[in-house]
Amino acid sequence: MESEQEQEAGALGMASGSVLRGLPTGADGTSIEALGLNAFYGKKQVLCEVSMKIRGGCVTAVIGPSGCGKSTFIRCLNRMHELGAGARVTGRVALDGQDIYGPMVDPALLRRRVGMVFQEPNPFPTMSIRENVLSGLVMTGRLAAGQADEIVERSLRAAALWEEVRDKLKEPGLGLSGGQQQRLCIARALAVEPDVLLMDEPCSALDPIATARIEELIHTLAGKFTIVIVTHNMQQAARVSHDTAFFLGGALVELAPTNRLFTSPRDSRTEDYITGKFG
Amino acid sequence: MENDASSLSRVERPLSERVIEALLRLAAMVSVATTAAIVLTLGLESAAFFSEVSPGAFLLDTEWTPLFAQQHFGIWPLVCGTVLTSFIAMTVAVPFGLLAAIQMSEFSSPRVRFWLKPSVEVLAGVPTVVYGYVALIFVTPVLQKMMPSIGAFNALAPGLVMGLMIMPTIASLSEDAIRAVPVSLREASLGLGVGRVSTIVRVVLPSAFSGIAASVILGVSRAVGETMIVAIAAGQQPRLTLDPTVPIATMTAFIVQVSMGDTPHGTLEYKSIYVVGAALFLITFGMNWVSYRLSRRYRRLA
Amino acid sequence: MGEIVFRGLCLAAVVLPVVSLLALLAAVAAEGIGRLDADFVMRFPSRIASAAGILPALVGSVVLVLLTMLIAVPVSVGSALYLEEYGKRGRFAGVIEVNITNLAGVPSVIYGLLGLEIFVRFLSLRQSLIAGALTLSLLVMPVIITASRESIRMVPQALREAALGMGATRWSMVRSVVLPMAAPGMITGSILALSRAFGESAPLIIVGAATFITFLPDGVMSSYSTLPIQIFNWVSRPQEAFQANAAAGIVVLLAAVLCLNAVAVLVRHRLQRPRI
Repeated sequence: MESEQEQEAGALGMASGSVLRGLPTGADGTSIEALGLNAFYGKKQVLCEVSMKIRGGCVTAVIGPSGCGKSTFIRCLNRMHELGAGARVTGRVALDGQDIYGPMVDPALLRRRVGMVFQEPNPFPTMSIRENVLSGLVMTGRLAAGQADEIVERSLRAAALWEEVRDKLKEPGLGLSGGQQQRLCIARALAVEPDVLLMDEPCSALDPIATARIEELIHTLAGKFTIVIVTHNMQQAARVSHDTAFFLGGALVELAPTNRLFTSPRDSRTEDYITGKFG
Repeated sequence: MENDASSLSRVERPLSERVIEALLRLAAMVSVATTAAIVLTLGLESAAFFSEVSPGAFLLDTEWTPLFAQQHFGIWPLVCGTVLTSFIAMTVAVPFGLLAAIQMSEFSSPRVRFWLKPSVEVLAGVPTVVYGYVALIFVTPVLQKMMPSIGAFNALAPGLVMGLMIMPTIASLSEDAIRAVPVSLREASLGLGVGRVSTIVRVVLPSAFSGIAASVILGVSRAVGETMIVAIAAGQQPRLTLDPTVPIATMTAFIVQVSMGDTPHGTLEYKSIYVVGAALFLITFGMNWVSYRLSRRYRRLA
Repeated sequence: MGEIVFRGLCLAAVVLPVVSLLALLAAVAAEGIGRLDADFVMRFPSRIASAAGILPALVGSVVLVLLTMLIAVPVSVGSALYLEEYGKRGRFAGVIEVNITNLAGVPSVIYGLLGLEIFVRFLSLRQSLIAGALTLSLLVMPVIITASRESIRMVPQALREAALGMGATRWSMVRSVVLPMAAPGMITGSILALSRAFGESAPLIIVGAATFITFLPDGVMSSYSTLPIQIFNWVSRPQEAFQANAAAGIVVLLAAVLCLNAVAVLVRHRLQRPRI
């Protein structure tokens, strides 16, 4: 296809059967199933008839060239897509069997269960580190009295940031490094105790060391949450996910266990993409 | 808080959310209501005015004497006074405003500009009653030394002072328009060996034309609507003249003049300020609209 | 050579108006300084120029302007929030947008005529402080709305998404994320509007601010005078002694207005940087 993309598939050590070593799964995690999902921006269709099942308690990576609809796809999973001007969605997405586009569904309630981490770290600039972590609970009116300290520590520990910031919780979140900011955003998302965590290229604005720390963090979070991560980095997909979905031109081409998708793709387009034949 | 933590459904959005949105919507409606009330007020009182005075007399009579025993309601003397003071103001505001805009956009470092812009804008922030005092007490006596025939009240002094007040409007909006001209255009011209001044005059200013025109029209609209300077320093004698040395009255000054007296509702004098207000509204509205369209055009191009 | 002349002209176009304003203001100050003392500020108006003071006018101005802000700021901020955060996509927002642009250009005397008909007569508020405050509120609302909208637009979309992505409702997102970040711009716009209201006189003459008043306002239905109107009254008198009073009043008025402008600039510079 004509879209430009990263030429790193060639360097991918695809044959290593060890990519999933030590990545835990959670048996009873929340599953997501998309059925005939279409998404539009005005008249332009950006997702076309996507149907796929995301296994509960597993990490699913979504890969594909720029503009393939992978970000739009995960933004449809917690109804963030519809916030854009002229944005529209048709089809069905079921969260543990419940249609999230059903007529009675409140997107705010849905998003409490399906949290999101964005490309650029985006801590709230007017808030301290502590306030950032608690912001979701405060904004949804669910911060119980006397629990704040415990939640802050638990969330920051879960995001592997506690040791670095425990002495400066009152300082602004913007004072942290980019990688720390992103982990703060993960802590913020974890504090509202979601079942699903959507990550939209969470490392694209980070340096390699910070990226490695986020990937480690995904390893420790795997099994506790259902995680869907969009990434343009195929090595990253191979390192952190159980399943991988390959998107092209707004459509799902192939979804398979990560190991298999990278070693023996069934679709020739997947093979072309992971071996760097187009771009 | 919901009973079933896993439920995504809610019959309706929380009451507080809907109340707040309704309140904000109501706040947003205030501006629409204001416009409607202006149009309605001016329209109704003007209609009442025209039930007593024929539109023909309003547009054809050359005298405006609603406060005299012998009442005449020809709008032209007031329009004439407004045109005269506005024209004088623009002869000051346009050249100064435009050159100041060029100074700030083309010849000033960001540091200098940081100080120049607010200094110029102070001119627009001075209360108009102060300008009225200045025109009457300082400018007119100076003019009298140069032209002994000029009256204690005249159109020239308030016009000149008004120009000073309007100059920042033109400077600021023209500067925006000039800065919106792509650097590549300047570079193309300079690269051909064209001088700096020629580039500004031949390339930059024509490219910024619609924005500059918008700023000038908005300046005229401000001049037409300006009240206190002319009420204080131009005298209050409506007359059909373009002589800047004699006392005149503008549309706005007439409204103030009547308002200072005790004019009961329902009288023809009361209605007359609304008919003048309606004329003023139509004139300024037309100019603001043209200015708005022009400024949108340059924003689209930029 | 031509360029030097041209640049000189451009520089003069900036410097000359500013310098002449300063000269004129210095001349006003020189006229008024002799009258400016504590008595002048603490006394009531009088038919004898040398015994007259600005106390009721000054108090009237302050009360009127505070009342105006109390009405105009919530409505304007609410209106800006609605336009930017709620009704952005609708037709309604477009209509309001054009409306506000239009209202910003309506001459202030027209607001006076509106206030006279609606507040003074129709709502029977007469020549009261509240009628004046309502009239001025409508006059300054476009200023505050425009400034508020600009500062709301500066809040990055990513922060809104972060809040909504955690399940925040729209209003809790606005209150916790948008308002704190947009506040400095809103405050700056409000102070500039306050300064404009403080110096305004034409619409207040029409809605009946008094020119000679010998008591302090005692409620929102009280009649009142304001500093610019007191000055206007003195300027309109032929006696030289009253002209000096006007000049002294102008010094007080300008001090107040310039202070307000300075505060607005300070707020913009101090608060608008993100805290780091």
